Amino acid sequence: MAKVVTIEEAISHVKDGMTIMVGGFLSCGTPHKLVDALVERGVKDLTLICNDSGFVDSGVGKLVVNKQIKKLIASHVGTNKETGRQMNAGEMEVVLVPQGTLAERIRAAGAGLGGILTPTGVGTVVEEGKRKIEIDGKEYLLELPLRADVALLFGQTVDKAGNIVYYGATRNFNTIMATAADVVIVEAGNLVEVGEIDPNNVVTPGLFIDYIAVGGDR
Amino acid sequence: MDKDKIKEIIAKRVAKELKDGDIVNLGIGLPTLVANYIPEGVNILFQSENGFVGLGPAPKAGEEDPYIVNAGGQPVTILPGGAFFDSATSFGIIRGGHVDVTVLGALQVDEEGNLANWMIPGKMVPGMGGAMDLVVGAKKVIIAMEHTVKGNHKILKKCTLPLTAAKQVDMIVTEMGVMEIADNGIVLKEINPEFTVEQVQEATEAKLIIADDLKEMEV
Repeated sequence: MAKVVTIEEAISHVKDGMTIMVGGFLSCGTPHKLVDALVERGVKDLTLICNDSGFVDSGVGKLVVNKQIKKLIASHVGTNKETGRQMNAGEMEVVLVPQGTLAERIRAAGAGLGGILTPTGVGTVVEEGKRKIEIDGKEYLLELPLRADVALLFGQTVDKAGNIVYYGATRNFNTIMATAADVVIVEAGNLVEVGEIDPNNVVTPGLFIDYIAVGGDR
Repeated sequence: MDKDKIKEIIAKRVAKELKDGDIVNLGIGLPTLVANYIPEGVNILFQSENGFVGLGPAPKAGEEDPYIVNAGGQPVTILPGGAFFDSATSFGIIRGGHVDVTVLGALQVDEEGNLANWMIPGKMVPGMGGAMDLVVGAKKVIIAMEHTVKGNHKILKKCTLPLTAAKQVDMIVTEMGVMEIADNGIVLKEINPEFTVEQVQEATEAKLIIADDLKEMEV
């Protein structure tokens, strides 16, 4: 059952050395208040799974600038110069994953699958070290599930049972990450009573959510 | 030729490849301009890989919505009939062959249809983002780019940079002409009348096959 907590209380579940997933795409749909609180707490040596590394002054990019990330797993890091600098200086390990593969690896973890087969990356450096499997004459890469200790999500409207309705292009990785972490925290733009969201409109069912952090962006 | 004119020629020509009813994904940068030149009567459903179809024009100043942005993070609009979805659905659409055309830029493209557009080792490593999935999954892959970079060849016999995907490119549109990747190499199908075939070949490392019915590119 989802529990309503403050941003600070919610973020206390993230500890040094943990693997975290953060929703958002170039900061759109990122739980900004949770990220800011994480920067404030200064938790270190994190492995971060996110679509991208945001910007130096927005989104998960702030965690990179604050040197809290030991390893980054993302599809794109070009919008944050500090990521490139730390990567080239050997201060942070960066694993680049094609965006669709990143989504499916997270989905696989959340859906109890042992991996997925994708044609993406065949014939490129992405296939290095991976099993190639031929199905009906076509080659696929076996990509393994990706899960985290904690997932940080953003939901525009969240009811007290944790059901989430998104707005605009903010769904991106939030819906998938909701399924693939031991502790799942959603930063609620608007917190509403149970019953205020029509069950027909729920995108992420509340069963995936452990904590609803209030005081988020709207 | 000035840069804006080059971009206009390329974007205009690519736009003519799009058919009524096509679902199209445009890469950021030059490919985005293609949307400005869609012929009248041709309805295109643009997909934005960060999670929607029905991508509309940029909003008026002051009407931007921070939650409705394209894959480059720029404010856009969504048209009536559009739909939002998550990244798994978005890339299911892409890999699943539901995107008819993707238009992307390139650092290098070669005569086998190989594409390199996501990193320069030791220099620039932005990541592949959604490009690897798009190039593998879209039914037709069009490369929209300047023919050369600082006088250096971009259309090669063999790509030297890390590939985005192997053997997936169908067509290349530059300010010099329109090329198709065939089994035996790159076929020059249309040429900008401002250039000679010799000039285009000189600007291309790969040996061009000149189409029997070589046409003038409308510019």
